[in-house]
Amino acid sequence: MRNTLATQPIFELSKPGRRAARFPKSDVPVRPIEDLLPERCRATTPPPLPEVTEPDVVRHFTNLSTLNMSVDTHFYPLGSCTMKHNPKRNERLANLPGIADLHPYQPDDTVQGLLQLLHELQGMFAEISGLPAVSLQPAAGAHGELTALMVAAAYFDDLGEKRTKVLTPDSAHGTNPASARMAGFDAVTIKSDSRGLVDLEDLRSKLDDQVGVFMITNPSTLGIFDDQVADIADLVHKEGGLIYLDGANMNAILGIARPGDFGADMMHYNPHKTFSGPHGGGGPGAGPICVTEKLGPYLPAPVVCQHDGRFALDYDRAKSIGRVRAFFGNVGVLVRAYCYILTHGADGLRRASENAVLNANYLLSRVKHILPVPHGDRCMHEFVATAGELKKTKGISAMDIAKRLLDFGYHAPTVYFPLTVAESMMIEPTESESKETLDAFAAALFRITDEATELLHDAPHTTAISRPDEVQAARKPVLKWTSA
Amino acid sequence: MNPDELLFAETHEWAKVNDEDGAKVATVGISAFAVEQLTDLVYMELPSVGATVEAGKEFGEVESVKAVSPLYSPVTGEIVAVNAGLPDSLETLNSDPYNAGWILKVKLADESSLAKLLDSAAYQKQCAEEG
Amino acid sequence: MPYTFNTPEDQHAMLDAIGAASIDDLFAPIPDSLRLERPLDIPAAMGELELTQHMQALAAKNEHAGQKTCFLGGGSYDHFVPAVVDAIASRGEFYTSYTPYQPEVSQGNLQVTFEYQTLICQLTGMDVSNASLYDGGSAAVEAVLLCMSVTKRSKVVTTASVHPEYRQIIETYFTHLDAELITVGSPAGIVSIEELEEAVDDDTACVLLQQPNFFGCVEDAERISGIAHEHGALFVVSCDPISLGQLKRPGDLGADVVVAEGQSLGSPMQFGGPYLGIMACREKFVRRMPGRIAGQTTDRRGKRCWVLTLQTREQHIRREKATSNICTNQGLFALRAAIYLSALGPQGLREASELCLQKSRYAIEQLVADERFELAFQQPTFKEFVIRDTKGKVADVLAECSESGILAGIPLSTWYPNLSDCFLVAVTEKRTKHEIDQLADSLTRASVDDSVVSV
Repeated sequence: MRNTLATQPIFELSKPGRRAARFPKSDVPVRPIEDLLPERCRATTPPPLPEVTEPDVVRHFTNLSTLNMSVDTHFYPLGSCTMKHNPKRNERLANLPGIADLHPYQPDDTVQGLLQLLHELQGMFAEISGLPAVSLQPAAGAHGELTALMVAAAYFDDLGEKRTKVLTPDSAHGTNPASARMAGFDAVTIKSDSRGLVDLEDLRSKLDDQVGVFMITNPSTLGIFDDQVADIADLVHKEGGLIYLDGANMNAILGIARPGDFGADMMHYNPHKTFSGPHGGGGPGAGPICVTEKLGPYLPAPVVCQHDGRFALDYDRAKSIGRVRAFFGNVGVLVRAYCYILTHGADGLRRASENAVLNANYLLSRVKHILPVPHGDRCMHEFVATAGELKKTKGISAMDIAKRLLDFGYHAPTVYFPLTVAESMMIEPTESESKETLDAFAAALFRITDEATELLHDAPHTTAISRPDEVQAARKPVLKWTSA
Repeated sequence: MNPDELLFAETHEWAKVNDEDGAKVATVGISAFAVEQLTDLVYMELPSVGATVEAGKEFGEVESVKAVSPLYSPVTGEIVAVNAGLPDSLETLNSDPYNAGWILKVKLADESSLAKLLDSAAYQKQCAEEG
Repeated sequence: MPYTFNTPEDQHAMLDAIGAASIDDLFAPIPDSLRLERPLDIPAAMGELELTQHMQALAAKNEHAGQKTCFLGGGSYDHFVPAVVDAIASRGEFYTSYTPYQPEVSQGNLQVTFEYQTLICQLTGMDVSNASLYDGGSAAVEAVLLCMSVTKRSKVVTTASVHPEYRQIIETYFTHLDAELITVGSPAGIVSIEELEEAVDDDTACVLLQQPNFFGCVEDAERISGIAHEHGALFVVSCDPISLGQLKRPGDLGADVVVAEGQSLGSPMQFGGPYLGIMACREKFVRRMPGRIAGQTTDRRGKRCWVLTLQTREQHIRREKATSNICTNQGLFALRAAIYLSALGPQGLREASELCLQKSRYAIEQLVADERFELAFQQPTFKEFVIRDTKGKVADVLAECSESGILAGIPLSTWYPNLSDCFLVAVTEKRTKHEIDQLADSLTRASVDDSVVSV
């Protein structure tokens, strides 16, 4: 039973005079506000926020939470997002007062434990990537990309080279070209070949001494490991360029292969994916980057260093690109990643990747008869299936299937990405799901593709809302609540 | 306007040239085929009167919910009028793309670009191949 | 292997179904030459108990704000967080969900985002808010990029009284763009109006001001807004959300874009992040706004609901032409801010901000009672202020206070060589009279000790 009274916009629950929080009377002598603030800057009334009680707040937001699917409640095979289990221990440990209640400008000698943790984490990220120099500062994956491209630009400046172009495959995440432009490069797209890998011919034709960086996602957004990656790296390096690895899909290769060993000069991690997040309803993430020794001097300051058993923030970095974020970085997210890595150890991380890849391949083998996978029978941690045939024969689109899955109690896969596959469904089960769940999910897909087309066009049928009108939302945007 | 009397760019814009006070002025819009391909349009940004456009170059954009499509000018010249009400009633592009759905009027600086445009029959053929 | 399910039997059955001989077989696409032929060199796995003990031991090596009295600010503050914020934000339905790609099963997150956007508009007096950015600093740089895009101008004027790290971020972003950052001095603790008038011209995209500024002083925002607008430049204000219980809203002072660090709104300090980047602007700039935005619509049955909208601005559609490369928002921290602002309401916000104001004023009086210490800038302040040690021994004084259990302030020498004898003190509503008196005592003691030593 849904409580629709409590889930009205909180502004409609407001009644003058109600309130949740009260602060104590001042224990210092109170002076007239007029003596403290000049009239020109003083507000006569406080902002018109809603007036509600604590029970209102609790019931409102608690009921809203039940309108979400989440990893805690549902199978969430959202491709490219690595929606794995978010360990409860990580939440508790990141919220220890000795971690959560630290001010970023506390003297180093009052935060030795945290600096030790961050220093160890720099080492772990370096070891897992095979790239020795680490910055924990970027706030998200896209921010890591931008930071690394700035590092590359600073490196080329230092060499006296003006390189203007960044190459990205057509299957790349949109952040790649967007980051390239923000770092002052022109983004150039490289085609994929029929196997979904980088088209080497196209790469060769676009490679010259103006290319600064080739950004590659490997394993790719199609869930394929591009075995040409070392050759690609050789080609790019011969022209003096650098390889950037978008680490979005690191969950497939932990302890199995390292970007630094297959030719990458720079990479970012998405700790909210690979190292168990959580995803927070859209964030926060973090975007730590790892680079080769020669690029290390250009990383943002500060980094954590160790001298004689003491840990300190090192700001003295003459070649650094500067800051990309205030304070240190998304420490709360990094602490959870640290807990995740320590929970697993070397063997555990490797086995997490092995099971992620096993689960994806198993699910692929179960569903390929009804949802063909154009790029082969094997995959890494995820695969991209297509509803193209179903669309032609029965008029069922990837969107219809996605919507109907919600009725069966599954979050939908990523649909219509990557753009290189028609009616695409990108499915990533992760390692933290059982064979039983995968079997049940496959069974749901079988049933759905057998259902009446009309039923699917109107799906979902059991959710709080169905098929919101996005055209209306975009044509006449209503972006905040106003009183009727 | 009757679509059979219009000239079309391969990029799906149309133009109709008239004599106005001794000058050649082209009315410019987008084809019914393009509107259908773009699905429900939600936003359009128009250039200003007085700006110049060049044949084959971008002069604006139309957006659907999940796509952005550039608009390329079929002609070269100075913009003398824009259909200012169009962005607020984009459904007009669906209902009447060749009349009420016009986008720009351009005083031609150079007529040579007209030669590169397709007549209605040739354009229909191109659409049939694309569709 | 604490979070996987597959037993050896499961694995066999699954490999059979796949037609693979072994798990290793699945990794065949990775050439042997590219494989790691040894185990990763990272510490051995820990069970939950071991990990907890390990983390507790690390945490014990830190001195947190519950142990030491925290007078540190500079963009991160020790404000009170009502229990209701943690109780709701720790629901797994919120923190283990993701971006609302499927609105039908994300109405909770979408409605929260829509309410957050509304609350931010109410708080700042602006027309529209996005769903949030990384933090206050990244919001500031995104705001100036927005202004450059709108005005097609490449010069940004800011002031020395804007958070120095925010200015450093802008410098970093500008390195490889065709853009120039000009910083006007603030010798009296607020920006020099004469210098500002000289710096702003018809090539200026925007003026970026912080209110209250990094020194805690209240700037004459309305006048600065006028100077920007006279030249067709936009006016960007980076504000302290808590101050808006007392100070005029930036939207009422002519701001075109408002940014803020939202950590004060119900989030822990966490050594600097994750935080909440607030960004709001005038309606006419909404299509240049970076980041996600939720909008209201109706579903196929006519029911009111919410979706992500205006997505053509974003990188997944527009790629290199997007308004920004930003992809995620800080959903969980936007949620915390929404709960916090709902729980406080107008009266609660007013009370919290008045306590900051009164207590910081009281603190100033107590600290300058010792004539060694003086208020560096004779300006109205809100919750932070700059104290000058006339003996110029800031590091010693702060170290001594730290030993007596007080984080007394932030030395300004790092960013302002000419203020190397000064430190920044923040007083939130959490600081009691007793704690403020102790701060004054320990400064005085430091002062006395120092005179003893120097004799």
